Amino acid sequence: MDDKKHAWQEQYDATHLRDVPFETMSGVPVDPVFGDAPLPGQYPFTRGLHAAGYRSRLWTMRMFAGFGTAEDTNARFKEILRNGGMGLSTAFDMPTLMGYDSDSPWALGEVGRAGVAVDTLRDMEDLYADIDLGKVSTSMTINGPAAALLAMYIAVGEQGGVAKSDLAGTIQNDILKEYQAQKEYIYPPRPSMRIVTDMIRYTSAEMPKWHPVSISGYHIREAGSTAAQELAFTLANGFAYVEAALAEGQDVDQFGRRLSFFFNAHSDFFEEIGKFRAARRIWARWMKERYGATDERAMMCRFHTQTAGVSLTAQQPENNIARVAIQALSAALGGTQSLHTDSFDEALALPTEKAARIALRTQQVVAHETGVTNVADPLGGAPYVEWMTDEMELQAEAVFAHLDELGNGSILEGVYAGIDNGYFVGEIADAAYRFAREINNDQRIIVGLNEFTDGNDEDETNLLRIDHSVEELQRKRLEAVKQERNSAAVEASLAAIRNAAEDPTVNLMPPIIDAVKTYATEEEISNAMRNVFGTYVEQAIV
Amino acid sequence: MAIESTNTEQPTIRVVLAKLGLDGHDRGIKVVARILRDAGMEVVYLGLRQTTASIVAAAEEEDADAIGLSMHNAGHLALAPSMLAALHDADLDIPLIIGGIIPEADIPILEGSGVAAILGPGAPAEEVVTAVRGAVAART
Amino acid sequence: MSVKKLSVPELVGRALEGDRRAIGRMLTLIERGGEPADEITDLTHPATKGAHVVGITGAPGAGKSTLTGQLIRHLPTLGLKPAVLAVDPSSPLTGGAILGDRVRMDDVAGDGGFIRSVATRGYAGGLALSVPGSVRAFDACGFGPVLIETVGVGQVEVDVAGAADTTVVVVNPGWGDAVQANKAGLLEVADVFVINKADRDGANDTRRDLELMLDLSHVSGLEDGTGYRPPILMTTATDGLGVEAMWEAVTAHQAHLEATSALERRRAARFRYEVASRLTTRMERSIARSLDGLTPDGRSPATVAADLAADLLA
Repeated sequence: MDDKKHAWQEQYDATHLRDVPFETMSGVPVDPVFGDAPLPGQYPFTRGLHAAGYRSRLWTMRMFAGFGTAEDTNARFKEILRNGGMGLSTAFDMPTLMGYDSDSPWALGEVGRAGVAVDTLRDMEDLYADIDLGKVSTSMTINGPAAALLAMYIAVGEQGGVAKSDLAGTIQNDILKEYQAQKEYIYPPRPSMRIVTDMIRYTSAEMPKWHPVSISGYHIREAGSTAAQELAFTLANGFAYVEAALAEGQDVDQFGRRLSFFFNAHSDFFEEIGKFRAARRIWARWMKERYGATDERAMMCRFHTQTAGVSLTAQQPENNIARVAIQALSAALGGTQSLHTDSFDEALALPTEKAARIALRTQQVVAHETGVTNVADPLGGAPYVEWMTDEMELQAEAVFAHLDELGNGSILEGVYAGIDNGYFVGEIADAAYRFAREINNDQRIIVGLNEFTDGNDEDETNLLRIDHSVEELQRKRLEAVKQERNSAAVEASLAAIRNAAEDPTVNLMPPIIDAVKTYATEEEISNAMRNVFGTYVEQAIV
Repeated sequence: MAIESTNTEQPTIRVVLAKLGLDGHDRGIKVVARILRDAGMEVVYLGLRQTTASIVAAAEEEDADAIGLSMHNAGHLALAPSMLAALHDADLDIPLIIGGIIPEADIPILEGSGVAAILGPGAPAEEVVTAVRGAVAART
Repeated sequence: MSVKKLSVPELVGRALEGDRRAIGRMLTLIERGGEPADEITDLTHPATKGAHVVGITGAPGAGKSTLTGQLIRHLPTLGLKPAVLAVDPSSPLTGGAILGDRVRMDDVAGDGGFIRSVATRGYAGGLALSVPGSVRAFDACGFGPVLIETVGVGQVEVDVAGAADTTVVVVNPGWGDAVQANKAGLLEVADVFVINKADRDGANDTRRDLELMLDLSHVSGLEDGTGYRPPILMTTATDGLGVEAMWEAVTAHQAHLEATSALERRRAARFRYEVASRLTTRMERSIARSLDGLTPDGRSPATVAADLAADLLA
């Protein structure tokens, strides 16, 4: 025990601390940590990844934005940076997320609506115009066509004189949860997995500051899962990526450091905190014991958190500010590395600028006014919190055992099988229906929805309206790019992608980077792979 | 007494449920499918990524009494009219019900264009069932 | 004009001309049963052309819908116009149903084919009536073959699939448990076995298991005494691999049936089964009416039953 305490002290002393007083509002100094070992920064990291917790560095306040054309979103990005946001997070529109261009028949009514439209490198140039990509860290929420978007980001960096080795950020690229929850897939699971492992290999070698996969429970939860299912399915997907990369002969200590996670912060305060703590413990133990990691950095479960969009009500939307504040607090107490707070009007539309600012202010209040950042894992050791952490772990382990059996000793094969036989979607749909029924029977109170409804008939707040002209405008921009580019070069680059797709020993990233530089469109690049890989249709599990 | 054959059952309502376009949010529509099933209806679930043409074909072949579409990506002002136009072109007089995230200001626009009912997020089961039954009854 | 307002003869007339809405409506009336369904039976019966009826059955998740979807993509290239009845169970508690089979077979829309989702509606008699009625309607409207897809778990569903000219039983690698197969009653009704997801480990083991079971069991063709042995095909439905060969096996079975007059026998048996089902349904309804309000009046139950039976059959 003393050794551990001593080791912790050394780590703490070596940490550069923020220049603020670590004391209560009343001026009483507080210790950086309480309780017994293992302490924060020590395996299995239940109590946090860093000895000093948030004393060295607050979480990154990363606000998700994206709508309309690239210029519209670029302006919002600059606004976020001016307001003290520290990282950019890009939301793409549905056609972009699904590998279709703005002029596709599938794009009708969707261009620029739920995010920004990106068809070619030209849009990406405008999206990050006048932002120094060597200074910010960027997160891109895209999965099916992730390789094309990362390629465009690399190309934009190069144009601005930033080498790809200096680009910092995350691309979501978590294709497994698409089949389970979010449903933004293009190809069948196995070829999709090959794209992911190609990207892991490429970034491990060329982009040391880049996180090639953000293994995401967020969408699993939004689709209706329980907290334990979110935890279990997400970590199982993580194990699946690890097994896929190991099968390719990649080094677990190398790529393991680049994996990151993305969780949901919902309203059951202690359950969420237990979930976050259990995630770190489980990941560390599996990486070490099952996958043979020796570098502690490859055992650390780093995660981004977003408050639960699904918890927001369209009724009395201002109440959502309170929900978001409580959820943000659970993420902070759970030790998140970065946080997006939802805007109160998101149950109705994309956030207005004012609502997005209030959301950012909410987490700033948590960070700077509540004092929870003074102590690492302040709830550690509390019997209820420790029990909840153990309980989350227990439930998750039962799921891993099921998948391990399904896959005959391989979690990767178990996850494929669970996608194929509808296990994941079935479990999630059952949980969603149970929750809906509890609300419907008034067994569960949601303020403003089934109780305390006075005020529901008040006038709606101002909503962000995306002008329908965006669609027309974006199509014209795409048309112009197609006119200007060298079509022979485009065709040749697409043929190279097809050839690479047919040969599993070739990494897909280099030909895709070549293709985006010819201004080949995202849909053209996706089609080149659709031709080889086919497309995925899910079975109906309702 | 002679042996006879009569139809003693109440006609079962058949509803086609689908996601039109690319929007992949299917938590709500799956809950609605179960609510309608539990109210004794037959739900033909088409799932994700449907086109107006595939929905029309299903509505014809399944003899749907109502069509329910779920929309969460703010595309409703473009998608709902295109669905109504496709039904009109196919000469199908079937009520169209839209569920999902629809701002209040858009409700009269959609209703004016011929959408039979609109269900917001978190609509209670009773409201969902009543809306479908009402829309079906209004057309028969 | 809405097809709902047409009289039954008008509706059937339009359906026979190929009006898809009319066909859809006609199928609804058949499913509801009763007099309109009987009238449709009478009107469509003369127009039937003897379409080949293929049952496709197997455990949930075996890949039946995907396989059926591949078939209805393949058949038009042979100049055929397939129709599908996709049968799913109704909820025993509420009578409602979620019918999701179209999701994986929806390419047929607009290609001249036709998919209809059918709920079992909770009672054996209903399905036993509506399925042959719908098959007859498809046949009369010029569709062929007619594919009936059911989950082979309940006895009714096995019966329905087994009442086809050719029954295809779909299994997956790892399924090869003779006891399970026999329990499900699938072995006896199979004319063609398909091992779907054949790209998986264990496909060859499953084939061996099935061959062994065929050696030991009384399966349909063998029982006919015609020497027909159900072939075992391998498919990967998600890629469409093996679907052509599967269809060739189905047509080979059809040729066998025709060559041995087994087709006549099967169809005659089906005819008798349908008549029996219709009779049973009519009797059950009449009995229910006779029992309505019946109270003890001193006579013995046997006497009451005999008197009521005399009345009913008068």
